[in-house]
Amino acid sequence: MGWIWDVLRAIVGTIIIFSAVAFIAVMFGVLLERKISAWMQSRLGPKHVGPQGLLQTVADTIKLLQKENIVPSRADRLIFASAVIVVPLAALLDYVVIPFGTTRSGPLIFRDLNIGVLYFAATSSLVVVGILMAGWGSNNKYALLGGMRSAAQMVTYEIPIGLALVTVALMAGSLSTVTIVNGQARLWYIVTQPVAFLIFLVAATAEVNRVPFDLVEAESELVAGYFSEYSGMRFALFQLGEYGEMFAMAAMAVTLFLGGWRGPVLPPVLWFVIKLYALIFVFMWVRWTYPRFRIDQMLNFSWKILIPVSVLNLVVTAFFAVVVHR
Amino acid sequence: MSGEAIAFYVLAAVTLGSGLVVVTSKNMVHSAAALVPAFLGATGLYILLNAEFVAGIQVLIYAGAITVLILFAIMLTEGGTGLGSRQRNEQAVVGTAVAAAMAALLIVVATRTGWTAGSGTLPPYTPGAIGQSFLRQNILVFEGTSVVLLISLMGAILIARRED
Repeated sequence: MGWIWDVLRAIVGTIIIFSAVAFIAVMFGVLLERKISAWMQSRLGPKHVGPQGLLQTVADTIKLLQKENIVPSRADRLIFASAVIVVPLAALLDYVVIPFGTTRSGPLIFRDLNIGVLYFAATSSLVVVGILMAGWGSNNKYALLGGMRSAAQMVTYEIPIGLALVTVALMAGSLSTVTIVNGQARLWYIVTQPVAFLIFLVAATAEVNRVPFDLVEAESELVAGYFSEYSGMRFALFQLGEYGEMFAMAAMAVTLFLGGWRGPVLPPVLWFVIKLYALIFVFMWVRWTYPRFRIDQMLNFSWKILIPVSVLNLVVTAFFAVVVHR
Repeated sequence: MSGEAIAFYVLAAVTLGSGLVVVTSKNMVHSAAALVPAFLGATGLYILLNAEFVAGIQVLIYAGAITVLILFAIMLTEGGTGLGSRQRNEQAVVGTAVAAAMAALLIVVATRTGWTAGSGTLPPYTPGAIGQSFLRQNILVFEGTSVVLLISLMGAILIARRED
C-alpha cells in the first residue's frame, strides 16, 4: 500500500507549497512591492498596521476574505469560476522542480524530475489558459481585450524562454534542475551565458505580465485587464497566481544562472533566498522605473530581436559545447 | 487493486469525461476549455508508462499551446460561442451506424491483439534517447516533419499578408 503514502505526501507537499507561496511570495511580495515603490517615489508606503506596516498585506487578505463575491449577471459562470482555480494552480505547480537548497540527505526539492526544465516550461505555459478563460468568462470588453493580449504576449515570449532554457540544458547536459545547479559548481552560467540570462530575464518579465510588458492589465486602458470583474477572494487568488508565477520565474533564473543554492559560508537555503530576493528586487526596480510598451512594440521586440538573438545564442553554444570542448 | 490501477482508472475517467464534454457541449468555449483536463489526463497516462518526456511535451504543446490557439480562434470569431448557430444536421442515423461499425471494429481489434510487452529495458534518461533516435534512425522523418512545419509557417505568412 505504498501508493497511499505517495498520495499523502503529495497532499502535504501541496499544502506546504501553497502556504509558503501565499505567505512568503505573495503577502511579503506585495508588501515589498509597495515599500519599494514608495522608496522610489520618496513616500513612506504602508506604515500603520504592525511594526513598520509589516502586517498590512495580512490585513488586506483578511479584508478580501470577507468581501462579497460578485458575479456579473451575463458572465459565463462555469468558465468564470474555474479560471480562478487554473491561474494559481499553474503557478504553484512550477515549484515542484525548484531546488531550494541542500540538506545532509540530498537536495531540498519536491521531485527531482529528469525533465525538470521542460516541466517548468510546460506548467508555466498553463497560466495563459486561465487568463483567457477569465477574460472570456467575465463577458466584459476590457477583460476580453486583456485576455487576448495576454494570450498573444505569453505565446510570443514562451519561445525565447524555451530557447534560453534549452541553452542552459545544453551546457549542463541534462534537463534536471539539480544537475544544472551541480554543473555550476565552478562557474555560474551567468558568466558563460550572459545573453541567455538577459533573454530569460526580459522574457520572464513579459511572461508574468509586469511593467514594461503589463499591457494585459494596463490600468489606463483596460481597467484591470482580465480580472476586472473579480472581487473578494477570487481577486486575491489571481494576485496569488501572479506573484507566485513571478517568484517561480525568479527562482528558476536563480537555479539556471546564479548557481542555485551554491555560495560560501552561509547555509545553502539562505543563499537561495538572498539570490531570489535580489532578482525580485530587479523585477520591482524595473516596474517602477520604466513606462509601458505599446502592443506592437512588444510583439515586434520578441519576434524581431529576442527570438533571433536566442536562436543565434543557442547555435553558438551548441557549437562550443559539441565541437570545441570535445 | 494496486495504486497504479487506481491511478489508471481515475485518469481514464478524467480523460473520457472531459472528452465527452468536448463533443457534447453546445458552447464552443466550454468544449475548448474541457480539452485541458482531457490532455492532462492523457499526460497522466504517459507518466504511468514512464514516458516523462512525452508527458512534458504533451502539457507544453497540447494543454498549453493548442488549447490557447483554439480558444484564441473562437474568441476572435464573430458569434464566438456558437450557441446561436445550428450544430446538428439530419444525418443522425447514418452517423450512428458509422460510429457503431467503427466501435465494433476497434473492440474486435483491441480484444484480439495479444498486447505482449516488448523486450529490453527502458533507457534511464529518455530525452537523450529520444534525441539519439531523432538524429540517427529516424532522421529522414524528423527532417521531413520540419520541412512540413516550415511550409505551413510560410503558408500562414502568405495568407496573412495577402492584402499588401
